[in-house]
Amino acid sequence: MMAKRVIPCLDVHDGKVTRGVQFGRAEAGELRNVGDPVELALRYNEQGADEMVFFDITASAHGRATMVNVIERAADQCFMPLTVGGGIKSVEDMYTMLRAGADKISINSSALARPELIREGAQKFGSQCIVVSIDAKKTGPDQWVVFSHGGRKPTGLDAIEWARRAVSLGAGEIVLNSIDADGTKAGFDLVITRRISESVGVPVVASGGAGTLGHMADVLLEGKADAVLAASIFHFGEYTVGEVKRFLADRNIPVRL
Amino acid sequence: MIALLDYGSGNLRSVHKALLKVGANVRIVQHPDGMRDARAVVLPGVGAFDDCINALRKQELLEASREFIKSGRPFLGICVGYQALFEKSEEFNSCAAGLAILPGKVVRFSERSGLKIPQIGWNQLEIVRPDCPLYRGVANGSYVYFVHSFFPKPADEAIVATRTEYGETFASSVWRDNVFATQFHPEKSQKVGLQLLSNFVALAS
Repeated sequence: MMAKRVIPCLDVHDGKVTRGVQFGRAEAGELRNVGDPVELALRYNEQGADEMVFFDITASAHGRATMVNVIERAADQCFMPLTVGGGIKSVEDMYTMLRAGADKISINSSALARPELIREGAQKFGSQCIVVSIDAKKTGPDQWVVFSHGGRKPTGLDAIEWARRAVSLGAGEIVLNSIDADGTKAGFDLVITRRISESVGVPVVASGGAGTLGHMADVLLEGKADAVLAASIFHFGEYTVGEVKRFLADRNIPVRL
Repeated sequence: MIALLDYGSGNLRSVHKALLKVGANVRIVQHPDGMRDARAVVLPGVGAFDDCINALRKQELLEASREFIKSGRPFLGICVGYQALFEKSEEFNSCAAGLAILPGKVVRFSERSGLKIPQIGWNQLEIVRPDCPLYRGVANGSYVYFVHSFFPKPADEAIVATRTEYGETFASSVWRDNVFATQFHPEKSQKVGLQLLSNFVALAS
């Protein structure tokens, strides 16, 4: 049986893993330094993470070079799928990261700015390679709007519509990040996660809001997500990946132990 | 020495590093010359069937692979490198002929409600050929990492080494004599994957 995945996410700023308190605050300097990305990746590798996401939150030219090096070092030692996101704007950027050892490329603002990038990436590297990450904010009853630029700019796009369009252009996976829930540790937005999961024929990764083990189980069961992505809960040592998976297994959620 | 075929496949680096991790002596090979004195060959693969076949042909690695397999030395195909061993693919617009080392064709998961395609993630192996040397020390039911929309349907059921269930049951790996091939990615399957690669490397030493 296909296992539900548990994915630690590493936000990398100038070669260091950091964690902002809430969406968009990283850029404002409100960061907590969590450590070396490769060291953390190895720790999560040992704990049985199913996959790892590296997110370049600087996305400057200098930051990009650092990121390539981080991916190379992580891929040399962690024999599991690695996803890279943040500042990927072209097929060439994708290729650079794939050659460095990434398996999947996550795009967000650049796909909103130019949706064709999804198709170009999928045609060149296959749909399985192209992850479209969506930052959604609840703006009314039963309405979620997509934001770009790290959750700062509203696009006016409906989150479900955008998810469908991204998949029709070739996205092989959707990461859904709830802006309202991110960093709050109050739980995932189950409703929008489920709505999107039921609207697209590709896996949906739930992100933003994991505070307790119960939240993870909820979004996999009620939210119908295929995977959970979390950062703080792992970085600050509240839970290990193994603890999360054992908890899920006890609730009869199929996981790789 | 194990020859790792480099025809531009995205997972080359990962396969290389994983082989080094299990102690293999690896040579990255772009031309048939590099295969001649190899004790084993690994054909990695990610992406489209036709791209794989065309790139291999362009570098004269297609015919060289066929010859290498005939020599009886161990050969491992991974993902599209597995699919390439078959006759043809039903992949969109595919017109390339595969290596046809193994009879059968490559098909897509059938669309049905609730089934997400591509299959991305960890799924289980039902080891139907426990005598296959690749699975020494690998427990039945082990999870390995898959990323694919297509899979081969071997005409000869007897070559199926493992089966996996994803909406339907498919041949997640095959074994015939010196030919081994997996739809999943051992280089991304953590300890289980490294065990499997270690077993393959042992065949070449």
